[in-house]
Amino acid sequence: MPENLNRLSAAQIAKAVIERKTTALAATEAALARIKQHDPILNSFTDVTAERALERARAVDAAILSGEKVGPLAGVPFAVKNLFDVKGLPTRAGSKINRDRPPAARDATLIERMEAAGAVLVGALNMGEYAYDFTGENVHDGPSRNPHDVTRMSGGSSGGSGSAVGGALVPIALGSDTNGSIRVPSSFCGIFGLKPTYGRLSRARSFPFVASLDHLGPLARSVTDLALAYDAMQGPDPDDAACVARGIEQVAPLLSQDIGDLRIALAGGYFQKNLFAEAEEAVARVAKALGVTRTVELPEAARARAAAYVISTVEGASLHLDRLRKRPDDFDPAVRDRLIAGAMVPGSLVDRAQKFRRWYRAQVAELFKTVDVIIAPATPCIASKLGQATFVLDGVELPVRANIGIHTQPISFIGLPVVAAPIPLEPMPIGVQIIAPPWREDIALRVAFALEKSGVALAPQPRGF
Amino acid sequence: MADPLDEYIDAVAKTLALPVEEAWRPAVKANLEVSLRLARMVDEFVLPDEAEPASIFTA
Repeated sequence: MPENLNRLSAAQIAKAVIERKTTALAATEAALARIKQHDPILNSFTDVTAERALERARAVDAAILSGEKVGPLAGVPFAVKNLFDVKGLPTRAGSKINRDRPPAARDATLIERMEAAGAVLVGALNMGEYAYDFTGENVHDGPSRNPHDVTRMSGGSSGGSGSAVGGALVPIALGSDTNGSIRVPSSFCGIFGLKPTYGRLSRARSFPFVASLDHLGPLARSVTDLALAYDAMQGPDPDDAACVARGIEQVAPLLSQDIGDLRIALAGGYFQKNLFAEAEEAVARVAKALGVTRTVELPEAARARAAAYVISTVEGASLHLDRLRKRPDDFDPAVRDRLIAGAMVPGSLVDRAQKFRRWYRAQVAELFKTVDVIIAPATPCIASKLGQATFVLDGVELPVRANIGIHTQPISFIGLPVVAAPIPLEPMPIGVQIIAPPWREDIALRVAFALEKSGVALAPQPRGF
Repeated sequence: MADPLDEYIDAVAKTLALPVEEAWRPAVKANLEVSLRLARMVDEFVLPDEAEPASIFTA
């Protein structure tokens, strides 16, 4: 029986469960106990589905005992950002308003696929209201806290996902990323996160934010776990209009392939500006480890970020227009005021942003004819203090909230697959983006795996947990 | 002289039946100014008349 199940990776838990060195029930009970012990501080969970989890774990154990084949995540506890439908829970999406929704009748597709691979859902996770957030703070549920320093932000909007995985409450969590909401908490909480290609993973039965830009994906403490979860969740789904009819392309078996033939470059220009020393150091460590000397320019990246901002605020406003009319006082005031402003942006400007998006996509596609991987910072800074409104960069005071995602937005804007890899700086970790061409998650994950093997990328143990 | 953006906010709020209480107005206006500034960056970028949006529909 493994000594501390909570310190094991998902791959190790599944192996131990399948080899009957432990049970899915023991792994689930260990996770539930750890959540009970530490979540009062981390505040990463909004719902713990203990009864369901125990029942599911017993079913996995029964299947193993009867000789049935179980999946590669057998007995692995996981949790989801609370914008995923969990059968029996109202899908709150970080809001007060959505708590009045009827309980979800069916799990989100990605939960069903994780459980089909043997994983065990243990709960739903805190998030910024309606995912319009980079901090992980929430006025209704309180902030999820950073496991490496609980006075700091988890990052958002998948803040609970970052906090729960970084704090080793679960080995895998699912989150969403519209402009950086998987990559920012991964960076702040010192974990790996995958934002797959737009359209790769089904968003069916998850609460949306910006239909043009919404992605779902996993967060984990190792690249192998990230790949196992990603592989389990792939495949077409007619219930999501954006999900492509593309076959499953397993990545986990490819992770250890040599990366020596890959052409890797640093993102220059826009991506080398507005950085704190920690972000520069993290990128430099990755560049050194990979022997990267070349720099490439993503053309018009600042404009791409601007266009992503405009599309997000307008589509977000469209989604919430009726709630803004009927229940304006029940929103987080900061989110409400952004959404009201979004409703007032002229439609002609949004159309131009969508036209620019296609132009930018073509330019970056050209760039990817000469390079296989682009390295960029994930966040300009380490996790800020909870409640911190501004930081000073190069002598200029800037708003924290608006600037955390400046390096992630131009990438998700055209749906490129990205792994955020944690670089274990002291006292706080910070992430680096490993960006690949569309549909080449395998390349980004292989580079992340090589960095993890060399020790350059590593999810540090949380302090005091 | 009244700021045209204040008049615009009043007109759109009325047209869309969106409540904008006086206490919220400074934040709404500040957010709208940021959105319009960023939208102008996109607006200034010249694209051909034939440019298709990213969101083309497949029948």
